[in-house]
Amino acid sequence: RRASSAVSSMQGGPDASGGPHTGTTIVAVAYDGGVVLGADSRVSTGAYVSNRASNKITNLCDNVFLCRSGSAAHTEAISDYVRFYTSQHVSETQQQPSVKSVASILYQMSYSNKGLMAAMIVAGYDPASGGKVFGSPIGGTLVEMPWAIEGSGSTYIWSYFDDEYKEGLSREETEELVLRGIAHAMARDGSSGGLIRLVTVDKDGATKRTVQGKDVPLILGDMPEPGTNAATVVW
Amino acid sequence: MSGAGSGYDLSVTTFSPEGRVFQVEYAGKAVDNGVPSVGVACKDGAILAVEKPEETKMMLPGSNRRIFTVAKHVGMAVPGKLPDGRQIVSRAQQECENYKRFYGNTIPTKVLSDRLANYCHAFSLYWHLRPLGSAALTASYDDNGPHIYLSETNGVSYRYYGIAVGKGRQGIKTELERLKLGNMTCREALKTVCKCLIKQRDDQGSKKFEIEMAWICDESDRQFVRVPEDVAKEAEDAAKREIEQEDEDSSDMES
Repeated sequence: RRASSAVSSMQGGPDASGGPHTGTTIVAVAYDGGVVLGADSRVSTGAYVSNRASNKITNLCDNVFLCRSGSAAHTEAISDYVRFYTSQHVSETQQQPSVKSVASILYQMSYSNKGLMAAMIVAGYDPASGGKVFGSPIGGTLVEMPWAIEGSGSTYIWSYFDDEYKEGLSREETEELVLRGIAHAMARDGSSGGLIRLVTVDKDGATKRTVQGKDVPLILGDMPEPGTNAATVVW
Repeated sequence: MSGAGSGYDLSVTTFSPEGRVFQVEYAGKAVDNGVPSVGVACKDGAILAVEKPEETKMMLPGSNRRIFTVAKHVGMAVPGKLPDGRQIVSRAQQECENYKRFYGNTIPTKVLSDRLANYCHAFSLYWHLRPLGSAALTASYDDNGPHIYLSETNGVSYRYYGIAVGKGRQGIKTELERLKLGNMTCREALKTVCKCLIKQRDDQGSKKFEIEMAWICDESDRQFVRVPEDVAKEAEDAAKREIEQEDEDSSDMES
């Protein structure tokens, strides 16, 4: 499958790969002491939402998680391989892997299989390097960054993160940053929607959180949830 | 010549009734009768030293290397049969490179020495191969501190504070056990290591020896390199002086 058709599908148009397609918004941001990963929950095949509450954040090992976007089949297969190799790596070294090692394994899978339509983010925590985020866009690049966004919805929030991200944010501030960023993308991208799932990884492990429709931050111009008293909403 | 293993020592795929594989033990003897080699882990690094007798006056000193750099952070001495040893070094270099390429990080020493031990062991499983007649004495310095590992020809691999193999190893090991290696710097330990090697030499004869030394320590920026010539010479000379002093003192006491 050529990379160009992969890119055009990513824009949220008719699905070129003919299967469930995580037109998506995925985000990961590192803070001092950990990382916050976030994703929407919509899986669509063309205009049909085949799963409105999917989990796009996969656990690769205890301290490292993967955000998946692109073809659902491809990213699930890749994540299974990475879990397998990571688990063997843990057996050999007898210790928790570094985020970099897990990201390198993912890179080997991605770069060696150019036909795959997978844009992913690896993020986690290890004691030696702290919270780390690695972007792995289509084609198999691997690049370490303080924050990463992928998926069709990410196009709408680059400026948001450029403006709002700063070093030295606390865990709560980072979670809020990720939450609002995804909410913005969901407001504008037809292929992103549903719930927002958050995973925070730090030295004590991973904490998962699900933010339901009514708790997703209301973006200016959005319709309030049905049943809300319109008079109480600030326009 | 029949020895303890009569009949059961003809192939590496035969056990003796006591459960020994003689061919593997004989391979170990190739190491035991080889050049004396020492590895010590100190406070700020690790040292490897090998004492080589001068085979012939016509050979250029320093050309028969026994200590090799396997990766920036790991070095290895190969006592025993040198060609077999070079096979192990080559494999170790590949392991380090592959690990770095696949996992993005430098190989932890424990993983490397386990893999080398498995490699050596594999040679003892097949009738058409013979065991390698060399051990891998590995020195490294990573985030967990300095390490010395010995991966033996029979497939075991242990970590040591200090270890000696080859001729005279028993005497050297006894000396090492007396030291508090964890409190010494590499510079201090160099002199002691030279002393151990020089002392176990056969005194008769005008045989010349060359001590090949390499280390990985804070002073060398945590890279595995040959000990600089001037430092090596200083350590050897200081060791010789101390031995002469001890000899004088003991002969004074006798008379």
